[in-house]
Amino acid sequence: MQLLFVGVGLLLASGLVCLMLSRRPRAVAIVGPAGAVAAALLGIVPALRVVGGEILPPVQWAWSVPYGSLTLALDGLSAWFLIPVLVVGGLAAIYGARYLGSYARYKALGPPWFFYNVLMASMIVLVLARNGMLFLVAWELMSLASFFLVMFEAEQESVRRAGWIYLVATHLGTAFLLALFVLLGQQAGSLDFALFGKTGWVGGRAGLLFLLAIIGFGTKAGFMPMHVWLPEAHPAAPSHVSAVMSGVMIKMGIYGIVRTLTFLGSPAAWWGWVLIAIGLTSGLLGVLFALAQHDLKRLLAYHSVENIGIIALGLGVGILGQVCGSPVLALLGFGGGLLHVLNHALFKALLFLGAGAVAHGAGTRDLDRLGGLLRRMPVTGVTFVIGAAAICGLPPLNGFVSEFLVYAGALHGIASLPVSVMLSLLAVVPGLALIGGLAVACFTKAFGIVFLGEPRTPEAAGAHEVDLSMRLPLVLLAAGCVGVGLLAPLVVGMMAPMLAAVSGVDATATGESLAGIRSLLGQVAASAVLLLAVIAFLAACRRRLLAGRPVTSAPTWDCGYAAPTARMQYTASSIAQPLIRLFDVFLRSRLDLSAPRGYFPQDASLHTDTPDVFQEHLFQPTLRAGGRLLAGLHWLQHGHVQVYVLYIALALLAALVWKLG
Amino acid sequence: MAAWVETLLILLTLTNLTLVAMSRLGACIRTVALQGIVLGLLTICVHPHTPSLYVLLLAGGSIGLKSVVFPLLLGRAMRDTHIRHEIEPFVGYGVSILVAALALPVSFWLGSRLPLPRPASTLIVPLAFHAILTGLFLIVSRRKAITQVLGYLVLENGIYTFGICLVQESTLLVELGVLLDIFVAVFVMGITIFHINQEFNHIDTDRLSALRD
Repeated sequence: MQLLFVGVGLLLASGLVCLMLSRRPRAVAIVGPAGAVAAALLGIVPALRVVGGEILPPVQWAWSVPYGSLTLALDGLSAWFLIPVLVVGGLAAIYGARYLGSYARYKALGPPWFFYNVLMASMIVLVLARNGMLFLVAWELMSLASFFLVMFEAEQESVRRAGWIYLVATHLGTAFLLALFVLLGQQAGSLDFALFGKTGWVGGRAGLLFLLAIIGFGTKAGFMPMHVWLPEAHPAAPSHVSAVMSGVMIKMGIYGIVRTLTFLGSPAAWWGWVLIAIGLTSGLLGVLFALAQHDLKRLLAYHSVENIGIIALGLGVGILGQVCGSPVLALLGFGGGLLHVLNHALFKALLFLGAGAVAHGAGTRDLDRLGGLLRRMPVTGVTFVIGAAAICGLPPLNGFVSEFLVYAGALHGIASLPVSVMLSLLAVVPGLALIGGLAVACFTKAFGIVFLGEPRTPEAAGAHEVDLSMRLPLVLLAAGCVGVGLLAPLVVGMMAPMLAAVSGVDATATGESLAGIRSLLGQVAASAVLLLAVIAFLAACRRRLLAGRPVTSAPTWDCGYAAPTARMQYTASSIAQPLIRLFDVFLRSRLDLSAPRGYFPQDASLHTDTPDVFQEHLFQPTLRAGGRLLAGLHWLQHGHVQVYVLYIALALLAALVWKLG
Repeated sequence: MAAWVETLLILLTLTNLTLVAMSRLGACIRTVALQGIVLGLLTICVHPHTPSLYVLLLAGGSIGLKSVVFPLLLGRAMRDTHIRHEIEPFVGYGVSILVAALALPVSFWLGSRLPLPRPASTLIVPLAFHAILTGLFLIVSRRKAITQVLGYLVLENGIYTFGICLVQESTLLVELGVLLDIFVAVFVMGITIFHINQEFNHIDTDRLSALRD
């Protein structure tokens, strides 16, 4: 624990130093990342020890804030979420040092590093907090720090818009959390988490608390339809910040939901159904909208929604397992969901950092202005394809393992549970399969358009590989994806104590249930090794066959085209078009086509655009109506300072008279 | 000692009433300076038995800031902007003094209802309230930024009076906070007054309403 506190102190101190040194970009680029990396190295020690089964005593100090106390503890669940915070936070900081360096000429770098380190520190405190007040303070600090990071390039209109959407969304979410903690505290008599768990929650009250948690935490996590801020904010932020926000910060919403579930005791079956429904909606619509995007980072942001959906599916399956008293199902569901938290942190951070490298090297994130980057940026390309395969849930990588656990859980449940519960699980399996298939299609598009083929613009043709300090995090994260995939039995074994605590299954039963899963995963890992061996063998054969023979490059499609150009390739729209048309009911893409006319067409153009359905048809009309309603109060705001003070004075006086009268 | 405390409190209230009815800014600033001295003496009188170093420091600081530093700063702002009079306040002087007088019974009623530990004098809480209300009234009813700063100072004086009657151990915290607050406020207002004057050639805050959204 002490190491973690030192880490938080280092983060805050280095952040402040960055603010003070704001005029000296070189110093800032060393101090800021150094603080983050040091904190990550210090903090990972206790986190790993706790995951390994050690129990650390909680720490408590008095705090002068009403209802607050500085109660901090590190249990298995906290440690599990702490690992991605530290790993991704540290690696993204190394990456960010060089990435932000290109802005040094016209932007102060002190504030972004300050907010980055504050963001990391607040997430560490958030997972350690065991008091509602402290939790909410850390939560708000996290939201504000990330807001300022999103606003880094606030001189651009689109970035400002994204920032405000994010700020509004996150505060709407916090409003529900406030209600959640007030209700929890009201009944428990204190805002200490320890007391929340001891209070017996019954029926309706527990359901209300669950729904509040789903909306409040779900807004941060990106459940549909509260996800609207994600595709705006992630592309707007600098890439290493997107990696942390998408890889780690939205997981804090998942952490909040799981933590709340541990307070609420035995769940009701409909909680599981709600989570499964949310998971299927977020997963399917997330990946479909991703498929329709043209901006690489926006595409990745929609994939975050999809993966959060998969995590929600896992949690839903786990809850159903708890309800039906089936330890295997509970462990598989929660295990799959929580393992996917770690996995998504690894590969989504990798993909966002890769997207940043592409933007850094080629100067754009627009898919239709890229192409042929695999030759120009080999390390970025190879690590990106590893991340893409992992996010699609393909073996032998880590994404497969966690999705496999959810599949296994659902199939086990279908075979063993009563029909009423089984039906919802029956939806999980094809849903998950469809999500996986569409994800493969989407990343075929993303990887194919960006890295394969010929460059579509001179900028893409002149792209260069990024520096070592930016490549290193990519390689390490890719190694993490492969490692978790191959060492799956070990990793699942490590999760056992935490899973026992979360799912309420006792430790020996957990061990027994997990033993079967682990042997199954052992077979999976063995076949994965086999697969890698086959790939290596084929690569060796190719090398051998090509050795000593001339290898030349010729124009693609060199069969009758007199003057092929790079624009004849598939575009981001055209490669996805069949699937987009199939799902047009949900997507409602706008197609702006002026088709070629006559025998000698002069010009033709095609423009597709897929705005977010929920934003266009749900939030914007609602907010606009609210705005019109409130415009009636505009006469209150007339610019006279004196009358504003009069409002305040009258309000205070009225409150006083009401209280005393 | 109680007699002294009550005398000082009544003096405070009288300065408040004077302030409400005054139009010359120079005289207003001097009246607020006088209030600062009254408050300093009040601090000493409320702690009668041992005028400890802490109490003396508090009183000295209060007098130094409120009756020397701030009046000097405000006087300079007044000279820089060439404003001598508060012309056309929103509420006329006759009505103003009536409002301030009506605020007295209200304050006494509020003071009688507040569940507080009994202070050195029964007058402290109501009259502190009265100072707070008067300060607010000054801010609301006057046009010139300088008068509004004065209103803010009167308001703070009321809070100060309220503070010294309460738990005596925590006053230091209260005081440090309050003093810092005022100091910042005077600086900010000083700068704002200067800039408003530079930009618009007047310091009539109501004419700034063009700046709203």
